[in-house]
Amino acid sequence: MATVTLTIDNQKVEVEQGTTILEAAKKVGIEIPTLCYMKDINAIGACRICVVEVEGARALQAACVTPVAEGMVVKTNSELVRKSRKMTLELILSDHPAECLTCLRNTNCELQALAEAFGIKEVRFTRGAAKSAKIEDIDDSSPSIVRDPRKCILCRRCVAVCEKVQGVKAIGPVNRGFETIIAPPFGQGLMDVNCTMCGQCSLVCPTGAITEKDDTDKVWAALSDPNKHVVVQTAPATRVAIAEEFGKEPGTISTGKMVAALRRLGFDKVFDTDFSADLTIMEEGTELIQRITTGGTLPMITSCSPGWIKYIEHYYPDLLPHLSTCKSPQQMLGALIKDYYPKHAGIAAENIYSVSIMPCTAKKFEAQRDEMADSGYQDVDVVLTTRELARMCRNAGIDWDSLPEENYDDPLGISTGAAVIFGVTGGVMEAALRTAYELITKEELPDINFTAVRGMEGIKEATVKIGDLDVKVAVAHTLGNARKLLDLIREGKADYHFIEVMCCPGGCIGGGGQPIPTNLEVRLARIAGTYKIDEDLPIRKSHENPAITALYKNYLGEPLGELSHKLLHTHYVPRGVYRKPEGIPEGSDH
Amino acid sequence: MGAECNCNCQADSNKKIDELILKYRGNPNGLIVVLAAIQQEMGYLPKDLMIKVAEELNVPLTDVYGVATFYAAFTLRPRGRHSINLCLGTACYVKGAPEVQAAIEKELKIKAGETTEDRRFTFDVVRCLGACGIAPVMTVDGEVHPRMTPEKVSEVLSKYE
Repeated sequence: MATVTLTIDNQKVEVEQGTTILEAAKKVGIEIPTLCYMKDINAIGACRICVVEVEGARALQAACVTPVAEGMVVKTNSELVRKSRKMTLELILSDHPAECLTCLRNTNCELQALAEAFGIKEVRFTRGAAKSAKIEDIDDSSPSIVRDPRKCILCRRCVAVCEKVQGVKAIGPVNRGFETIIAPPFGQGLMDVNCTMCGQCSLVCPTGAITEKDDTDKVWAALSDPNKHVVVQTAPATRVAIAEEFGKEPGTISTGKMVAALRRLGFDKVFDTDFSADLTIMEEGTELIQRITTGGTLPMITSCSPGWIKYIEHYYPDLLPHLSTCKSPQQMLGALIKDYYPKHAGIAAENIYSVSIMPCTAKKFEAQRDEMADSGYQDVDVVLTTRELARMCRNAGIDWDSLPEENYDDPLGISTGAAVIFGVTGGVMEAALRTAYELITKEELPDINFTAVRGMEGIKEATVKIGDLDVKVAVAHTLGNARKLLDLIREGKADYHFIEVMCCPGGCIGGGGQPIPTNLEVRLARIAGTYKIDEDLPIRKSHENPAITALYKNYLGEPLGELSHKLLHTHYVPRGVYRKPEGIPEGSDH
Repeated sequence: MGAECNCNCQADSNKKIDELILKYRGNPNGLIVVLAAIQQEMGYLPKDLMIKVAEELNVPLTDVYGVATFYAAFTLRPRGRHSINLCLGTACYVKGAPEVQAAIEKELKIKAGETTEDRRFTFDVVRCLGACGIAPVMTVDGEVHPRMTPEKVSEVLSKYE
């Protein structure tokens, strides 16, 4: 590859041709400020915060979209550049509500950070009553995500991630000039449109214009209610991320500290979604074997990821029979917490309040689906994202560093390495293969690590010899990649037996409810942390989880048995993209 | 093309639109051409047709709606049989256009940008028609009405059925 030598702030730098000034500057330790820029996803030069002086150029250039050239002389910190950037920021601030103290993104906001860095001491310009978006434009129709267009700076990062990564584009620019807002079409709320609730928009929003719906008040109220027995479960991906909220390195493993924090917040029992991830493997593995041996619909596709579920319901309702009927681990444990657990512990089910801690905004939507009440109650009462749990910890004055390591409660807190890798792309597939291999062949796996399904590649394929059968599998993360596999199925060209789909980049560790920032480097660190937990656990196969074996023996019977079917399986709703699809029957209730 | 029209023109325009949509099927590049044709034929962009365009051209509805709300040439509500444009440019403004606007709004019982319930008139305000010498200026279906006053509003509008 040809290289180019240029000068940035008097430093010579040699970079590959085609590199932008922004990336080149990074190489010599200069962080040019940005707002609208998102590596590989949004490079549109719209916000003008990254402008630099290029010798000989007519005007200041946006560093994020200007490629370097041989002999180029760039100044990133001249008087002119500083003045221009500051004026741009002041103009953005002129249409931004100064509500930092009451904003969910307070102290973690890119706009706020820039205002501090640029030394903004007063907001000189104000649009007053002529603000482009009003308080009545706030969209809280969705149980997952809140849009506050007043705080939007029109950077379009959310639009880019929704369109280019997820292939949905539920929101986009509406109107023109000062009137522009980022919104779904026809003034609708997110709940009324094809939004999958994945929350990737909330991860990339530089301000508080798109956030998770904060449900911490509901949980505080339950914890303060002496009549409530408050039970919590934690998803696999939260334990490698939550420490970031307390200044730790991405990927720091904090399973024990998180359990301790939850006890200090006042939860009566701390259970682990990893337990029901193992349960999922038993149910889903059995379902797969049954489909293969009885000529059922193949390929079978995983059903753990609620953003993915809503996506296929909207975009590929004709392919719903391919989905495993298994509920997600959250909902399996939710059903057990209000059906099995009350009998086991001698507590009235109506007094149980069930909370889950998830890396995911779509889980909030999933919990309130009509189907998710097989215990006779809403199985999961409230879902908090990783970010919300961290907020509660800060509220309670919990000092993360001095927390001890504690263990989950029995019996719904016992799990294996196969369960924890549910949090990363390829993990459900690997967990399923570990169990399917041993259940079918009755032999021990020669190598427990299925590395072919690991990693950040968008679509991964593998063929695994299980007994006489060559099992063909595929793994996709992000909805954009899932779409490619679904199109193959529609065309009859997908000869896979089993497909894993996770909605978010990197899997749940990159979920829309995770700490901000969540970028590629952070995702990779959380993935590494997850595999480390798996490696260090004494049991790494779901079917060897003694608590799962006991649950089947003492309560459920067998996988796909009558009680399992009632509590652990579900059906799906054909939604269509913009209108209800014709000719596809609603799933029958079991 | 009003509600009382029985001449079958509605069916014709739907056929034209359908043919154009078919021509650009699966081709997002046809978006503006198709929307312009719908605007031309229907006088506005009905929601149902915008959804159909999104589905047939394989364009996110967000983009269809974004384009429809970006360009002034597109309207989302049915327009009246007659189009009133009142100039609110500087010259017209100082010569009394705001009073004329108030008179029109009172006469038609609508605000600027709206259409009367009987779809007889759509009333818009515009910036500078380039005829400041005869301010305040109003046009109806392109016909120029110079030196408007609140008193003249009723009489001028009565000519358009």
